[in-house]
Parts: sequence; structure tokens; C-alpha cells
Amino acid sequence: MDSIAPVVELEDLAFGYRDGPAIIEGLSLTVHKGGFIALVGPSGAGKSSLLRVIAGLIRPSRGCVRLHTRDTGSLRPTALVFQDARLLPWRRVLGNVEYGLEGLTLDRAARRERAQAVLATVGLADQAGRWPYELSGGQRQRVGIARALAVEPALLLVDEPFGALDAITRRVLQDELLRIWRETGATIIFVTHDLEEAVYLADRVLLLAGAPARIVREIKVDLPRPRPRDAVELRTQAGLLREALTETFTQGSGI
Amino acid sequence: MTSRGAALWSVAGLAVFLGGWESAVQSGLLPRMLVPPPSAVPAAFMSEWHNGIWLRSIGASLGHYLTGLATGSVLGILTGIAVALSPRVAAAQSGIARLLRPIPPLAWIPFALIWFGATEGAAAFIIAIGVFWVNYFATIAAVSGIDRDYYELAAAFGRGGLGARLRTIILPGAAPGILSGLRTGLGQGWMAVVAAELFGIPGIGQRMSEAAGLLATNVLVLYMLTIALLYAASDAIFQALSRRVLSWTR
Repeated sequence: MDSIAPVVELEDLAFGYRDGPAIIEGLSLTVHKGGFIALVGPSGAGKSSLLRVIAGLIRPSRGCVRLHTRDTGSLRPTALVFQDARLLPWRRVLGNVEYGLEGLTLDRAARRERAQAVLATVGLADQAGRWPYELSGGQRQRVGIARALAVEPALLLVDEPFGALDAITRRVLQDELLRIWRETGATIIFVTHDLEEAVYLADRVLLLAGAPARIVREIKVDLPRPRPRDAVELRTQAGLLREALTETFTQGSGI
Repeated sequence: MTSRGAALWSVAGLAVFLGGWESAVQSGLLPRMLVPPPSAVPAAFMSEWHNGIWLRSIGASLGHYLTGLATGSVLGILTGIAVALSPRVAAAQSGIARLLRPIPPLAWIPFALIWFGATEGAAAFIIAIGVFWVNYFATIAAVSGIDRDYYELAAAFGRGGLGARLRTIILPGAAPGILSGLRTGLGQGWMAVVAAELFGIPGIGQRMSEAAGLLATNVLVLYMLTIALLYAASDAIFQALSRRVLSWTR
């Protein structure tokens, strides 16, 4: 693995909200370039907060986040895809995709061109002029993904993006995310509480649980891709995770 | 009821109102000296039109109105944004606001006349005061009501600085509330403009006060209707503009 550079290293990380107990403590993790990591765990375990610490939105109370993004040619170190898509309702689809590019030294034409290209990647090239309220939930999530891809982040942080979608749309978008990951060579940390989704998408699944939370289990999924959704191995791995999850609950530390 | 039916009923109601008014005066039920019949208003309009006073009065009033409206609105919106964004500013001005806000704009007329004389500036000042508070409160509510998640989005995409946040989140996000404040101010401004002019500042109000002195009641009614018309027109123009700005809302 020496040839593959680490993109992010978390070292003995701890954080919590002011005056509150620690949410996460003593967490260390290294993610290599091109990796697809899934973070699973019960709600309230701090998965979303961890993404925000990595994105630099929350300051850790101890430890550090080391991002190695200098040689990656990315426009921004990280980009977030939100659970609720979080499009700006006062911008058309194209304007939303351009949002992250506006703080960069790109002229208007270059911005527009790049945003159009990314929209095409997520299959929404013909929706550029629509308002967010005119889109379906799945389309909105695609725009959110396009907005993040547009800044070519060294690390793509994805926060439970398909949770609110119907089963079919969810599958389509999962496969689309995999295709984008393959084509762009992105490094992804993906938060979900859906264990099947985690083992289907990721190379490594980390189970975050406890209070304060830590990584209680790590599973490597080395099934070749494209993976059949009903592969026995996926079911076995999800089962292992479920067991570990149940264990944390019965120990009384998971809630 | 269909919208066409509603319009018909509205026209019918208006016809009954004007017809009742006209016949009450014609039959002598209401004294003609004190209440002009609607049929006397066109004659008043023709004479005010021909001597050029109608247009001149409207022009003067519009001038006060627009100056006062712009000043009061801009200051109200800017102050409102500062108050909504900075707890320190909010605390520092809360005492002043509590002291000054209950004073009705018209109570400022004596001071306006002392400071500015019977000039356009005095009328604009009165209007600006009323309009200021309306916009101030509407803006505070609108900016405070912005979903904080958008600020997180801005920060996540490197747009978390105050300038970028103002341009990309705060102003567009607060626009619906700010525009509805502006619209309220638009109406309030017309009330203040006429009241201020009754004290001798040239414009519709002054012309009304002259007409009242001569008991030219049909001229009075003409200018009352003129104000109603001006208000309706400014409101309609504003609504059309704000629909364009807010086309992103459902």
C-alpha cells in the first residue's frame, strides 16, 4: 500500500459540543487515495459530526485532521454532500452547481462550462435552468453531488444522501455514485445507517458506536466490482456488522 | 366562487355604493354643501387638469414619497441586517429602538417643519421615519429566519466569509421577508405624505387643505381618489417586480 498516498489522517481525534460530553474520543483513521470508506453506526453516534470535523466545520477538542491535498490537483480539499441535498432554493440548478466554484479564481465562462460538464456527469444536463422546487428528491440529490464534484475535492464527504429516497431511486443513485467514483478516482467517506448499502458500496466499513463513540468494528469488503447486490458475501458482512451493532446496544453504550 | 364571479360581485358592490351615494345627495338626504355627489368629481378633475394643478400636485407628492421611501427603506433594511447578524449591535440599539419606535411618524411633523421648513425635505423625513421601522422589523425577522444550515453549506464550500454569506445566502434568503416589509412601507408612505403636506408642504395634501378652505368638496374627493389610485398603482408595480425577483418561490 506504500504506493498509494494517504489523503486524510485522523489522529487520536476527540470532539464534543461546548459544555457537553465528548461525542467522539480517541479516533484514528487513515484513508488512502481512491478509497471508499463507509461509516455506519446508530443515529447520534457522531457520524455526521465526524464528517464536519474532517471538513473543517467543527474544531476538534483534541488530536488532528491531516489532509494531504497538495499534489492532487483538486480545487478544494473537501466537499460535502448533505443528507437533505441543501440546494439554495433561490438559485437554478446550474447556479447551485456553480456555488462552490465562485470562491475560486475561475472566470464566469470557465465556471459555467465546468458546472455544465458536471451536471452532464450526473445525468441532469437538460435540467440546468430549473429551480430546485421543480426537481424530484433524487434529482435534488444528484445536483448536490454535482455541486460537490464540481470543485474536484481531494476528499468527497457524503452524509447519508440516499436515506430519504425510494428504494429504486436509491439503487440507481448508488450505482451512479460508484460509476462516478470509478471514473474520477475520487476518495470518498460515506455515512449511512443502512448496513446493506455500506457493504455494497465501500471497500472498508467502519462501525462507529458508543458514548463517546469510537470505531468498534472494521470490515474490509474485497468483493470485485461490479458487485451483485445479492452476493452471499455482502449478506454475510452486513450480518456481521448487525451483530456487532446489536452488541453495542446490549452493552448499553450505544444509545 | 370563480374569480370572474368575484370580479362581477365586486363591480356590483361598487355600483351600489356609488349609486346610493349619488341618490342620497340628489334626493337631499345628504346636504350637497358638505357631501359632493360622485357626478361632480369629473368636473373637478377637468378643471384641475386644465390648470395643471393635478399633475403638479402629484409630481410634488411623488417626489417626497420616493425620496422618503428610498431613504427609510434602505436605512431600515441595513439596520435590520446589522441587528439580525450581530448580537452586539442588537443589544446596543435595543434601548434606542424601544424609546423611539412607539413615537408615531406624524408626531415628528413639528420638528420636521422646524428643521427643514415647509419643504420637500420635511415631507421626505416624515415618510422615511415611518417606513424605516416597518423595514427594520421585517428585515430582522427575515434575516433571523434564514435556515442556519445554509450558513454551514456556505462554510463547507469556502463561502463562509461575511461578504460571500451576505451575497449568496442572507440577501436572497431574506428577500421574501424584506420585500413584504417594503410593500407595507409603500402603503404607509402614502399615508404619511398626505398628512405631512396638510401642514403646507406643496403636494396633494396641501391642495386638499386649500380645497377644504373653499369648501370645494368635489376637489377633495378627486384628490382622495387620486391617492387611492397612486397607492394601487405603486402596489401593482411593486408586486410585479417582486414576483420577478421571487420567481424561485413556488
